[in-house]
Amino acid sequence: MLSPLTTKLTRRRFAAVAMAAAIGATMAGCGSGGPTQAKGAEATMWSLTTGDQPVIKAAVDRWNKDNPDRKITVEFFASDAMKAKIRTAVGSGQPPTLIFNWAGGGLKSYVNANAVEDLSALAKDKPQVTDRYLPSVLQNGVVNGKTYALPMSKVNPASIYYNKDLLEKAGIQPPKTWDELMAAVPKLKAQGVAPFALGGQSKWPELIWLEYLVDRQGGSAVWDRIQKGEPGAWSDPAVIDALTKIQQLVDAGGFQEGFASTASTSGSELALLYTGKAAMSLQLASQYQSIKQGAPAFISEGKLGYTPFPTISGGKGDPSYIVGTPATFFSLATAATDAQKQTAKDFLVSGLYSEAYTEGIIGTGAVPPLKGMEQKINSAPDSNFLNYTYDLSQKASTFQLSWDQALDPSLADTLLTHVGQVFLKQETPQQFVDAMNAAGSK
Amino acid sequence: MSTSTLRRNRKSTPSIDGTRASLAWLTVPALVFFLAFAIVPLGGVVVLSFMHWDGIGAISWAGFANWAAILTDPLTGYSLWTTVKVILLSCAVQIPISLLLGVFTAGFQRYRAALSVLFFIPILLSSAAVALTFTALLDPNFGLSGALPIAALKQDWLGNPDLALFVVVFVLSWQHIPFHTLVYQGGVRQIPKSLYEAAGIDGANVVQQFFAITVPQLKYTFITSTTLMVVGTLTYFDLIFVLTGGGPGHATSVLPLFMYLEGFRANDMGGASVLGVILAVFGLGLALIIQRLGGKNRQASQLEGA
Repeated sequence: MLSPLTTKLTRRRFAAVAMAAAIGATMAGCGSGGPTQAKGAEATMWSLTTGDQPVIKAAVDRWNKDNPDRKITVEFFASDAMKAKIRTAVGSGQPPTLIFNWAGGGLKSYVNANAVEDLSALAKDKPQVTDRYLPSVLQNGVVNGKTYALPMSKVNPASIYYNKDLLEKAGIQPPKTWDELMAAVPKLKAQGVAPFALGGQSKWPELIWLEYLVDRQGGSAVWDRIQKGEPGAWSDPAVIDALTKIQQLVDAGGFQEGFASTASTSGSELALLYTGKAAMSLQLASQYQSIKQGAPAFISEGKLGYTPFPTISGGKGDPSYIVGTPATFFSLATAATDAQKQTAKDFLVSGLYSEAYTEGIIGTGAVPPLKGMEQKINSAPDSNFLNYTYDLSQKASTFQLSWDQALDPSLADTLLTHVGQVFLKQETPQQFVDAMNAAGSK
Repeated sequence: MSTSTLRRNRKSTPSIDGTRASLAWLTVPALVFFLAFAIVPLGGVVVLSFMHWDGIGAISWAGFANWAAILTDPLTGYSLWTTVKVILLSCAVQIPISLLLGVFTAGFQRYRAALSVLFFIPILLSSAAVALTFTALLDPNFGLSGALPIAALKQDWLGNPDLALFVVVFVLSWQHIPFHTLVYQGGVRQIPKSLYEAAGIDGANVVQQFFAITVPQLKYTFITSTTLMVVGTLTYFDLIFVLTGGGPGHATSVLPLFMYLEGFRANDMGGASVLGVILAVFGLGLALIIQRLGGKNRQASQLEGA
């Protein structure tokens, strides 16, 4: 028989297995920790694996060639991975020198934690830096009256992209009003194509629908109240109306089959559009870059169309309102050494938006968030689209940062989950409103 | 099995008992590692479960607020129930298949060796790669259903809340069955040939031999494999995260995934720590229950007369 001692030991071992398992899972998200520790004046930088990646890589390469004694190491991450990883790195005191962010709620939490440097002095010393940006975009990097982040990529508003051939075949025009959009759905379905491609697994593409519909219906005051955290702000009739319209569109078969398992990151959402399986898609301007890389013929043959989000008859919103990402930003880590900070600051001044950088961004099919881009854009091969985007961004009454970035990160996740459930029809509009009101009051 | 044999020997040879005390210091390195990497972090998680922390800001005392919030959150119970479903479904699928494949691959025929190599390929693949591959295969527009004109394949495998959990269990099983097959294969190969020879002489056919000799002799293999399977389910995070992200809705949100989302998406480390403690206690309980299922007379020899 087994002695009591060994029984105990065996149990303990199993306990150990279980504990180790749980702890392993707890720590799974931590990843490998911070960036490789750079020496002396060498700085580190994290950025996204988006269409801008080659431009940023080239800028860093140029910098390293000109400054061999204070190089910059850059690493690229996919958007979702970045969100989790950069926060962990900042929280553990090992951030990269240049902290990538989307401004909004994330930047605010960095500022509150004293993790990012006040760049106001830099802005004052080198007015040419802050002067180059579109003020409405630059404003996103300002928290409590101080500049904490500078734009580093492109303007990225959301519009409706469409396949001209499919719309023509169905005999419809790009929808200018919500009624036209709903009327187009059965006609496109009759042609055997999905009216809209939607990356529902990624959830944030679904949020764009809600953002536009709420603003078109109720004006920007609705979101202002929500963002200020006013109690019951989600109960605005415009929110209920927007959610109801979304579910009507889902019921009408407005999205491709299986939209809930289509991820934006896998590229299949976009592929639906250019392979002719879906007629339209509500997406960010960065999708143009992706199509340019993934299916250049679709653009060069003039099959890609784009139009602003439709208006709602009787809606209070300004039709020039746009939502998306005004730009992505770099902030400077307080945890970095003074020498590293100097390297990073100099890069922000001269590395970003140099002639080559700006032209690089334009070359990928995107518009830098800078003033006076008209001439450069007009001579670019994608001038039609670039002009459209630049125009949209400059003339917007509001360029709203996507809600999931604008809100505090804890609330943003709740919002995305509930938006997903509205699209799946697992939640009624009223349940969504109640859940968000409750989450907001926490 | 080898451990039980060892213990039996230990008990029956007093000299080993005698030297045990003097050799106890040999456990020190292992204990130090265990303390540093298991007990201390677990203690940290327990402490953190009583704190407010968003991952980057200041840590403040929360008292029982996190516990109250997590325990009253309907999602906690739902995730726990989803975890139980995944455990039960995984076991129901994996145990019979691994057992049969284990017995099959235990044979020394050349074709079986060749097939074993093929069966073991999924072990070599990382969970993320497996998940990405299946995501592409199961894509409702560009995946299997698009490639093959079979109506039954035209399902929204990962987007239909009623289907997604079964698909997840299928993919998990696809990945983990080879490992458990290996465990059973080892177990089967340890069964003395003499048992089968004796049964053969007594006129037992292959099926009778399987149920009368193979299955009972694999009792401890079964316990080992099932413990790993059940406790492993509590760490199945990566594959589900990449495959469905817990969705659609919360259909595949198992407890470890919920914990990750709470900690690293919602940036509520306190709440995530509460879930971590629940997960640890839950796993501990399960491991103990399976141990108990082994019966009290674990030391009774299974090789009597062999």
